[in-house]
Amino acid sequence: MANAVLVRKLEGVSPTRQRWMGVVEIGMAVLILIFFTLKVQPGSTSTFNMTPGGITRGVAGDWVVPALGTLIFLTVVAFLLGVYQFVRGFGKWTNGVLGIIVAFFVFGFLVWASAGKSLNLSGMLSAAVLLGVPIILGAFSGVISERAGVVNIAIEGLMLMAAMVGALVGSVTQSIWWGLLGAIVSSVLLALVHGVLSIKYKINQIISGTVINIFSTGMTSYLSSKFMQTYQNLNNPPIFPRIPIPLLADIPIIGPLFFNTNIFVYLTFILLIVIQVALFSTRWGLRLRSVGEHPKAADTLGINVIRTRYVAVILSGVVAGIGGAFFTLGSVGRFDEMMTAGKGFIGLAAMIFGNWTPIGAFLAGLMFGFADSVATKLSILGTGIPTQFMAMAPYLTTMIVLAGLVGRGQVPAADGEPYTKE
Amino acid sequence: MAPVLQLSGITKRFPGVLANDHIDLTLNEGEILALLGENGAGKSTLMNILYGLYQPDEGEIQVRGKKVTIHSPTDAINAGIGMVHQHFMLIPVFTVTENVMLGSESVRGGDFLDRKKAADRIREISESYKLEVNPDSYVKDLPVGVQQRVEIIKLLYREANILIFDEPTAVLTPQEADELFEIMRTLVKQGKSIIFITHKLREVLEISDRVMVIRRGAMVGSTTPEKADKQKLAEMMVGRSVHLEVEKAISTPGDVVLQVQNLVVADPKNQIAVDEVTFEVRAGEILGVAGVQGNGQTELVEAVTGLRAAVSGKIHLMGQEITNLSPRQVTELGCAHVPEDRQRDGLVLSFPVADNSVLCTYYQTPYAKGLNMQAHVILENAHRLIKDFDIRTPNAQTNVGSLSGGNQQKVIIAREFSRPIKFLVASQPTRGLDVGSIEYIHRRIVEKRDEGCAVLLVSPELDEIIELSDRIAVMYRGKVVAVVSADEANKAYLGLLMAGVSPEQAESAKTKGPRVVETTF
Ligand SMILES: Nc1ncnc2c1ncn2[C@@H]1O[C@H](COP(=O)(O)OP(=O)(O)OP(=O)(O)O)[C@@H](O)[C@H]1O
Ligand SMILES: [Mg+2]
Repeated sequence: MANAVLVRKLEGVSPTRQRWMGVVEIGMAVLILIFFTLKVQPGSTSTFNMTPGGITRGVAGDWVVPALGTLIFLTVVAFLLGVYQFVRGFGKWTNGVLGIIVAFFVFGFLVWASAGKSLNLSGMLSAAVLLGVPIILGAFSGVISERAGVVNIAIEGLMLMAAMVGALVGSVTQSIWWGLLGAIVSSVLLALVHGVLSIKYKINQIISGTVINIFSTGMTSYLSSKFMQTYQNLNNPPIFPRIPIPLLADIPIIGPLFFNTNIFVYLTFILLIVIQVALFSTRWGLRLRSVGEHPKAADTLGINVIRTRYVAVILSGVVAGIGGAFFTLGSVGRFDEMMTAGKGFIGLAAMIFGNWTPIGAFLAGLMFGFADSVATKLSILGTGIPTQFMAMAPYLTTMIVLAGLVGRGQVPAADGEPYTKE
Repeated sequence: MAPVLQLSGITKRFPGVLANDHIDLTLNEGEILALLGENGAGKSTLMNILYGLYQPDEGEIQVRGKKVTIHSPTDAINAGIGMVHQHFMLIPVFTVTENVMLGSESVRGGDFLDRKKAADRIREISESYKLEVNPDSYVKDLPVGVQQRVEIIKLLYREANILIFDEPTAVLTPQEADELFEIMRTLVKQGKSIIFITHKLREVLEISDRVMVIRRGAMVGSTTPEKADKQKLAEMMVGRSVHLEVEKAISTPGDVVLQVQNLVVADPKNQIAVDEVTFEVRAGEILGVAGVQGNGQTELVEAVTGLRAAVSGKIHLMGQEITNLSPRQVTELGCAHVPEDRQRDGLVLSFPVADNSVLCTYYQTPYAKGLNMQAHVILENAHRLIKDFDIRTPNAQTNVGSLSGGNQQKVIIAREFSRPIKFLVASQPTRGLDVGSIEYIHRRIVEKRDEGCAVLLVSPELDEIIELSDRIAVMYRGKVVAVVSADEANKAYLGLLMAGVSPEQAESAKTKGPRVVETTF
């Protein structure tokens, strides 16, 4: 019949890629060996504190591991996995195994860095969650807009503007809620500009996004240096307090991380569920995705492509606005120039890595947050590695992940293509 | 009783073209009306007007005696009109259910999709109209024939009773086309009315109740299959007499031009699509590749033209190894390629005809001097090709995307045939073309052969293969199972080989007497 059943199938991963992965993995095992395993004193232990500082609910005891034994274990397992990958290959598990070995590397590093000392692992994780929040929100913002076919690299600019407006409005009204609302409104307005430029006037979406990023940088820098740094009462918003959730906050380890923190973390969880369900289980989401995949087909079925795209861009702005507000109203309580520091772009990387799904973007965002937090924590701990290199860690992770792990992602087919009705 | 559908005086102008010129059309209940016309005659335009994708400049549409205004597909759907487009409107990464329900979703609890309810509806429809399909499969995993069934189910799901099929058989294998006709017969039996567009005269004669012919935007006549034959239909369409048969002398093969040895090629899913294939094509001969679509022909062609890497094996062009060279290198060695999917691989739809006609040579003199494109030379070249190859376009600056399907194909043919070439790969070169154009392209291919060019012709149309080829290679599951000389070939014999019957068992079906050739139309 029409589709002949074909007889043979090549391995899921090309032989070159399989070999390369093997080499990389064996290399990482060797790095663990040279830099960590051979450098620790026999008999020393690494102590990990499992409760973040200043937290009294959900307390857990310290976790003590023998440094050398653990590192030898990590080296050997990583090496064996690498050899197997080189010789036989893990087929469709290739990426997963690479992930495990990267995790081994990171853990080995932590064990080595804290050998004979103690490291607050829980504190580091909780910092990772907080550092991850803006990345994740940025990624969610991207997911909504790109699923409808509008590339949104303006997210960095939206978040920056929202951060500033949030601080300004929050300071003037001395209300966190007005501040949050202000942040969202400013972000939505900018998103609308992107929408009009790219949907209505069909300007290249990358250019339109870049224009907005430049505008945001300039505008916020100017306003900040002209007013907010001189009149300190314009840059002194209240911040969202820590709200423990009854019962859940008392669970050891998880409680302090996720259930005894600020409202932005909770919002991120809620958005994760809402966006995931809305995109994949509702009529609204089906139509939105159809517009991002094949706008002409959607059009022939009576779906309003243009309107759907505007709605997506606006919602993308709402989410980016919340992400931006986090910088000023959710953590430090003041606005500084360029304070988003590329988080919006890393958010886009998280979106791609997460395959344009909310759950994927969430996990990727957490991972990037973790890389960030390792960098900050360990530059304090003093490992002898220059802080500049440590600060590169999150970006290096981003690059490695994008170059190595991401296979053929499921880019919405019409992502970035303006739609013209005939 | 009023007819189901009545169009009167429909007129549509595009810049430089009168696409529809006061067209009147009547469709009766339970009837299959075939719409026939040359490429660019205005058939798709008329149907797009009916479906609300274009607005007519003049004219009136009546459905069951009531005047309707159709401003958008939604209006058309509400009037009970549904259309299977010339290029499918399906979302590959959605399931069948999602594709079908999109735009008229079943929901519960506010806005939540009720996939199960929709899937049940689909199963019901597919049962009562014999449209076999699994609602849970992803469209991208389905063969074209099944995708088309999904398109039909989409219409029935919306309870359309005026069904428009715009060239539904152009993308189908002959077997799939037969299945489609079965489905169409079931549909009319259940009270649906169908407008059917095709270029294949034998299909018109087989399935339609009535035929209407459009030429250059105007309705030029109407007949019934009983009163007409292929020759007469062809003449009505083109307005002159058409030679339905190609005249061609016995070939005189020269040196080996293309040599393929133990070639293995994988498809995008990494499955072996071409499996240890060995053959050669000589100068001055046409080697036809027959086979049901999806048996490795696409990948074979892509490997030969440098578009897809070979896993192993060797390809030589005139003694020089070309395995895994880039398409440009292969092209510069004198290879011409008429690709299977003209819109994806053959043209840049948003570029004008002129630029498309130099896509392989734009960087060479005389079209470029250093980094400078010579716009006037490119334009002159285009004017010449438009004249020589009879491309129907308002002018050379028109975007190729707005030409009719057949004229898009002519742009490719013109580009590839006007270069000095030694080897021609033609994949389904007449897909979607009208009889006049098919006649023309067939003549050109034979002409190239007679000039000493080696030709590799791939087509699922057995008639076309038998008519043109000097030798025929049959592909089945990635292997060349037999190479047959043209005088031994006939439809029955090739059909058996294509279905996987071994050459020994199929032996008895070989032609022994004089050769019988049916025309492609
Ligand atoms: N969007 C458009 N803009 C400008 N001209 C167009 C457009 N669509 C079609 N045309 C022109 O209108 C004429 C009729 O085209 P149409 O697509 O209706 O032909 P057709 O009969 O369907 O041909 P085919 O059999 O090749 O599909 C052609 O000359 C074509 O170039
Ligand atoms: Mg057409």
